[in-house]
Amino acid sequence: MIEVENVYFTYPNGVEALKGASLKIKNGDFVAIMGENGAGKTTLVKHFNGLLKATRGTVLIDGVDTTKVSVAKLARKVGFVFQNPDSQLFSETVEQEIAFGLKNFGFKEKTIKSRVTWALKLLDLAQYRKTSPFMLSGGERKRVALASVLAWNPKILILDEPTIGQDHRQKEKLLQFILQMKTQRKTIIIVTHDVEFVAECNPRVLLMRQGKITADGEARKVLTNPEILIQASIVPPQITQIFLRLSDFGLPKEVIDIYEAREELLNFLERKVK
Amino acid sequence: MSIIETKNLTYTYPGGTKPSIKDVSIKIEKGEFVLITGPSGCGKTTLCRCFNALIPNFYQGELEGEVTVIGLKVAEHQIYEMAKHVGLVFQNPENQLFALSVEKDVAFGLENLGVPREEMRKRVDSALNLTGIYDLRERAPHELSGGQQQRVAIASVLAMQPEVIVLDEPTSFLDPLGAKRIFEVIYDLNRKLGVTVVLVEHRLDLTAKYANHIVIMDDGRIVLDGEPRKILSSEEARLIGVGIPKPTRLYQILQKDRVSLSNTIPLSSDEMATMLREVLKS
Repeated sequence: MIEVENVYFTYPNGVEALKGASLKIKNGDFVAIMGENGAGKTTLVKHFNGLLKATRGTVLIDGVDTTKVSVAKLARKVGFVFQNPDSQLFSETVEQEIAFGLKNFGFKEKTIKSRVTWALKLLDLAQYRKTSPFMLSGGERKRVALASVLAWNPKILILDEPTIGQDHRQKEKLLQFILQMKTQRKTIIIVTHDVEFVAECNPRVLLMRQGKITADGEARKVLTNPEILIQASIVPPQITQIFLRLSDFGLPKEVIDIYEAREELLNFLERKVK
Repeated sequence: MSIIETKNLTYTYPGGTKPSIKDVSIKIEKGEFVLITGPSGCGKTTLCRCFNALIPNFYQGELEGEVTVIGLKVAEHQIYEMAKHVGLVFQNPENQLFALSVEKDVAFGLENLGVPREEMRKRVDSALNLTGIYDLRERAPHELSGGQQQRVAIASVLAMQPEVIVLDEPTSFLDPLGAKRIFEVIYDLNRKLGVTVVLVEHRLDLTAKYANHIVIMDDGRIVLDGEPRKILSSEEARLIGVGIPKPTRLYQILQKDRVSLSNTIPLSSDEMATMLREVLKS
């Protein structure tokens, strides 16, 4: 469980990025953190693995204060995949990159081998085993970064902007992957601008603005509320935009999914015929 | 004559084992808004680099075939010459901003071309106004938000008054509202000033509605090329997996359910909502 209690954070250059953020994330939760550029989203999640320590307030991971444990120790439990994969890649081959964390945590050679193979397969990277990460495309490098964190099987997984530079197919795979992690009771936290992606996975959504949480609820509720979205510089999903414009017909506003949209429209037309 | 034309273009990067684009023949007309899309690694960015001589003048490698832009054979011209005609905006604006003030960044290309001072002033001001950042002209680019920086990058390209502007996923780091505003700025330039726009994007949900020409690439080749409504509603486009806009998908699904919708295929939520209103009313 992640417990954030009234956290303030000021960067050394004086920028106050968090101004009293409070939230709780239970084990097995799937959460999307959204909000405008500069709202404090990345700063907030960097507190979850101890990369940043609160200037004021407390962050507890499974009851332990993050200021009292090392980042290395927290990392075993909280895996963090950066927005820009180049911030975390450095090995000569994809295989070595994925093995690196496992070696650091002292896994046995045999386990390392099987975990690396598993992660390569899971993220569609098997053909690049011996390739340098820097020869790969941006989208592929992102998958290497994700594979290297998944390999040590952290309980909590933080993905900062996982859909940037990914095409439609890769996004579908990412969605499948997240749903699979969910069934394993992992806690998954994504930081994202990708409204359509969030509409497809329907997680709990936390909206941030100016260093604070301004809304917290099911994607279906939050993403269909234009008043609170506009404050966070977010545009409702396409399907919702259609239904917001049809609400005077008595159709519901809280529609984010295409198949749900179909059903509502067909039902409406059927009722009319009768 | 087309403003951009490629004939049987094939290109392999230095050290590459296979071509990144293969036998690409494409025609882009003056004033078009062209959307280029396709799976990661399909060759979109590579193709764009051929439009302003980055290929073959900066990236060497092996180039076959021909590219003509505004009647100029690209291979015979230097990057700085092509930059007058074709402006390129990258995914991440930090890669192209470096000056101490926004104004200086926007003026940089013109200084290099030796444009007279007065003319420069006029062009810089006009580019700043068009992109809505005139008030930021004295700020340092690195202190601005991602959306503002992207506008600076676009303004620097506009100041050169190119006939063509090529944008490679220009909003991927921006929040949705910031992205929407950038696309509207680009759309305005196209509609009001007649600038030819070539936009590389994965997110068709946000951009299909602006385009009047779409090119879908797969594995280095052009697989579909034509009118967006026709192409995006085709079975082929869906099978390549380019992420058909949701309103277009909903239209297709409802048609299969025999809901009688008008024949114009919608590309945006606005168009779909307007169409549905007619059906729900009748």
